[in-house]
Amino acid sequence: MSQAVVAKLKQEYPAAVVDVVEHRGETTVTVQKEDIVAVCTYLKNEAGYNFLCDLCGVDYLGIEPRFMVVYNLYNIATKERLRVKAAVAEQSCCIDTVSGVWATANWHERECWDMFGIRFNNHPDLRRILMPADWVGHPLRKDYPLQGPDRQPYQGRLS
Amino acid sequence: MAIKETMTVNMGPQHPSTHGVLQLILELDGETVVKAVPHVGFLHRGVEKLTEYRSYHKALPLTDRLDYLAPMSNNLGYVLAVEKLLGITDAIPQRAKVIRVMMAEVTRIKSHLVWLATHALDIGAMTVFLYCFREREMIMDLYEKISGARMTSNYFRVGGLSLDLPAGFEQDVKAFIDSMPGHIETYEGLLSGNAIWKRRTIGVGHISAADAIDIGLTGPALRCSGVDWDLRRDNPYSGYEEYDFKVITREKGDTYDRYTARLDEMRESCKIIQQCLDRLEDGPILADVPWVCLPPKKDVLNSIEALIHQFKIVTEGFKPEPGEIYQGIEAPKGELGYYMISDGSANPYRMKVRPPSFVNLQALPQMIEGALLADVIATIGTLDIVLGEIDR
Repeated sequence: MSQAVVAKLKQEYPAAVVDVVEHRGETTVTVQKEDIVAVCTYLKNEAGYNFLCDLCGVDYLGIEPRFMVVYNLYNIATKERLRVKAAVAEQSCCIDTVSGVWATANWHERECWDMFGIRFNNHPDLRRILMPADWVGHPLRKDYPLQGPDRQPYQGRLS
Repeated sequence: MAIKETMTVNMGPQHPSTHGVLQLILELDGETVVKAVPHVGFLHRGVEKLTEYRSYHKALPLTDRLDYLAPMSNNLGYVLAVEKLLGITDAIPQRAKVIRVMMAEVTRIKSHLVWLATHALDIGAMTVFLYCFREREMIMDLYEKISGARMTSNYFRVGGLSLDLPAGFEQDVKAFIDSMPGHIETYEGLLSGNAIWKRRTIGVGHISAADAIDIGLTGPALRCSGVDWDLRRDNPYSGYEEYDFKVITREKGDTYDRYTARLDEMRESCKIIQQCLDRLEDGPILADVPWVCLPPKKDVLNSIEALIHQFKIVTEGFKPEPGEIYQGIEAPKGELGYYMISDGSANPYRMKVRPPSFVNLQALPQMIEGALLADVIATIGTLDIVLGEIDR
C-alpha cells in the first residue's frame, strides 16, 4: 500500500523524491526540502495521511547536509504509516513550516528549532519551547556537550 | 462608551491544578478567557540527549521517568521499539508477551485512577480522590512485588522480562480485577449523577473530530470526539490482536464524555487482564537471542561462560544494524511513539519520544478560549497531562 503511494508521489513530484528506503517493513521517503509543503499537502489531501504523529530533527554531524527533518505520518483510514524526510544544510538552516498543513506541527517545529536550531519559514510562533527563552545553543546537536555549557565534563563512566 | 479592558493573569508553574509545573499566561476579559499561552519545559531533563550516551539496555530506566504515572507503558514502548530495530519481534516468548500486556493494562488503570482522582479534586469532589488513591495503592503493591519499585518499575527488558512473576502474583492480580468493577461503580455513584459535577463537565472543553485530528490529539481525548482509533486494535503489538476488548468511543467530545469513556476503558482493561490470566502458561520469559539478552542470574553465578556472556552484554551492549524505525503504542494518555535511529553502534544514534501529553496539551488554548476561567481547570484535568513526558 505505501509502495503505491510512493509510486504516485514519484509520478506527481518526480524532481522532489530523492530516495526511498524500506527497513523493517517501514517506508521512508526523502524529499527535497524546497518541496516539503507541496509533498505534505499532497500526502494529506490525496493520499489520506491526515495525521502527523511526530516531527523531529536529527543531526548527522560530519555528513553534508548536516540535518534531517523527519515527519512521521499516519493514515487513520487505512492504519498505515509513512515517513518523510528532508535534508537541511547547516549553511541555510531553514525549511518551510508544515503547520499550515497539520496544526499539530506548531509545537513539534518549535521543539525542533529549540533543540537543533533549524528555522521554520513562515511559522506563526517560532519560540523556544523546552529551554528557557534566553538559552544559548541547541542541546540536541551532536557537538553540544552533554554536561551543558561552561561545565567540566563528567569524569565517571556513562555506559 | 465602555472601554474593553483585559487582564493578564499568570497561572502556575506552582499551582495545584496544573498537574505539575505547567505555566499558563491567561488573558481574561472578566471571567472569560480571551487568550491562553502555555509554557512548558520546567521539567526538562534531556532524556533524549542522555539516551545517545548510553547503550540500549541502560537507556531503559530513563523511559519510566517520562510518564511517571504509567511507567510500564513507557518501558513497553521502548522495548518494542528496540526489538523492532533489532528485528527480533517474533522471537519474544508468549509468556513474556502476555505478562507485558497484563502489566500494560494494570498501568492503564493506574494512570486513569490518578487522572480521575486529581480531575475530581480540581473540580471539588474530594472523596473520589481518596478512593482512587486507595485503589492505586493496590496497584503500587503489585508493582512492588513484580519489580521492587512502586513507581519507576523498569521491569521489562529488551527481549522479554527481567524476572518471572513472584509466587502468588496471579492471585493478587485476580483479587484486584475482581474488586475493581465495584470500585468503578462507587466512583460513578459519586460523580455521574452529581449536579455540580455535571454542570462543571457537560459541554466544557469541547473539541470537534476534525480539530482533534488536526491538532494531533490521541487516546481517549480523540476517541471521545468520535474518532474510532485505538492502536491496540488497529496496529496491534505484543499480541493485542488475540484479545477481545471494545474500543470506547463517544460523540460529543466534552469533558463529561471523556470522564465516562475513561471509566469504561478501565472496565475493558479489567477484561483484558482476565484474559491474560487465562492465557498465562509456563515458559521462558526471555527471547533466545544470546547477543541481545542477558543470561539467567543463576547461571551467571555458577558458570564462567554465562559470566562472560553477561559481562559482554553489560559492558559492550548490542549493535543493531543501521536503520530507523517508529513504534507507536496506545499508552493510557494517547499514542506514545518512539522514533529510533541506529548507526550500527551500541548506543542509539537518536531517540525521539512522541509523548501523548505534549501534543494533547497543544489543544488546550483552542479548547478554553472563550470559556470561563474555572473551565480552564476542568479542561487541564480532562486532557490528562503529565509534565514529566511533556518536558522529557
